[in-house]
Amino acid sequence: MSDFTIPKFRLPGFVAALGHKLPQWPHGLALVAGLNAALKMKLLPESELTALEDKLFRVQVLDTGGTAHFTYRDGLFRPVFRAEREPDLAFAANLSAYLQLLARQEDPDTLFFNRELEITGDTELGLLVKNMLDAVEWPKLPRLPLPSR
Amino acid sequence: MSSLPDLVCPAGSLPALKAAVDNGADAVYLGYKNDTNARNFAGLNFDAKTMSDGIRYAHSKGREVLMAINTFAQAGRVADWQKAVDGAVDQGVDAIILADVGLLDYARRRHPQQRLHLSVQGSATSYEAINFCQREFGIQRAVLPRVLTLAQVEHVIKNTTVEIEVFGFGSLCVMNEGRCWLSSYACGESPNTVGACSPAKYVKWDKQPGHMDTRLNGILIDRFGDDEPAGYPTLCKGRFEVQGETYYALEEPTSLNVLSILPEIIKIGVRAIKVEGRQRSPAYVTQVTRTLRAALDALAASGERYHVKPAWQAELAKVSEGSQATLGAYNRPWR
Repeated sequence: MSDFTIPKFRLPGFVAALGHKLPQWPHGLALVAGLNAALKMKLLPESELTALEDKLFRVQVLDTGGTAHFTYRDGLFRPVFRAEREPDLAFAANLSAYLQLLARQEDPDTLFFNRELEITGDTELGLLVKNMLDAVEWPKLPRLPLPSR
Repeated sequence: MSSLPDLVCPAGSLPALKAAVDNGADAVYLGYKNDTNARNFAGLNFDAKTMSDGIRYAHSKGREVLMAINTFAQAGRVADWQKAVDGAVDQGVDAIILADVGLLDYARRRHPQQRLHLSVQGSATSYEAINFCQREFGIQRAVLPRVLTLAQVEHVIKNTTVEIEVFGFGSLCVMNEGRCWLSSYACGESPNTVGACSPAKYVKWDKQPGHMDTRLNGILIDRFGDDEPAGYPTLCKGRFEVQGETYYALEEPTSLNVLSILPEIIKIGVRAIKVEGRQRSPAYVTQVTRTLRAALDALAASGERYHVKPAWQAELAKVSEGSQATLGAYNRPWR
């Protein structure tokens, strides 16, 4: 059990207003690099990856105003800088919800029930992605040394 | 005080299984990646490799693994279900949870040593039905459907030597378990036929300004305002217009939570408490398992002085469908 919990928060409105004006590629690249690192470590199951081929995904961070599009093709996740169609699957949430999901601190269904996570598009694809990420055995990260209490 | 019942927790993936074991489950239940179990969702469940890893992990910590083969064998494909039973025996699971009487019969004849549990999908609500399955198929435990009052559960327990397992936490539906075809009414598929209620390929979340529509095979089944909690997209939890009023005519999106009646459940001799939710993530399994473990251990330690801690209720309320909890049928005055 981690000693650190991510609180629910919402960044102030001006962040999103500013975020919309910033170029959208840096976080898109970071996201894709992370997914490809997981691929490289063979953490994602191949049987499920084939279902992602050529699908367009959109991840929207509401309170930072950031939006990233990416796709999966020929064994790699690739950023899409100019999406020319509606995504097959789209997620929208505040930054804290994404962080809580990544840390496995909250369950996506919980966030969905509480309307903190929005999923639109191909629902089955969404379920597949969710279950694929849930099944990943992330390598154990070294624990940050905490002052003794 | 009788001894504590087993805490039986869901595992839809290897990380969820480990979360259950690490947080105090006495047993985990799981299924194959196919329609032999009632949570046949894309990307969920276990293949042979992850299953044997999971079983090894649970057994190394002294916990049990129960395999759910809880759908009904479909015409022309009975061999697929029989193969699932054979596979579970080969893997060395502690028990197989079955609903189909034909399959119970097969398992009994083919693997007489294998421990068998009657699934909630077997829809046995009376001790007569349970004792029949004991006599004919040698079942050692039955999971009761979520339709009985506590007094009725006690009546069943008094009249059978089969261990009784009841649900302690998780999403509720209309609870016509093992007999429900509502999902088929909308999309031609239901848990009993394909292993999934309201399969995801028929579900559409349609976000509009100010509200979100839920559609099942094109049929509008609910509309949530932006501040309203949402639920699973099943027909039984949809809102319908009935005589000019639009409301949850069948069942509200809600979760069962028995923390407040845990002492009574144990007193009447329930052998195991089950947590619903193989479709949920490791985070949910962690939260619910550790909460129920804490409650059970507190009950063992404090007996009559047991009281429900607000922190437990808060943790469970957060993960509940519709963000509300109920005692379900356990305390219903009518039968």
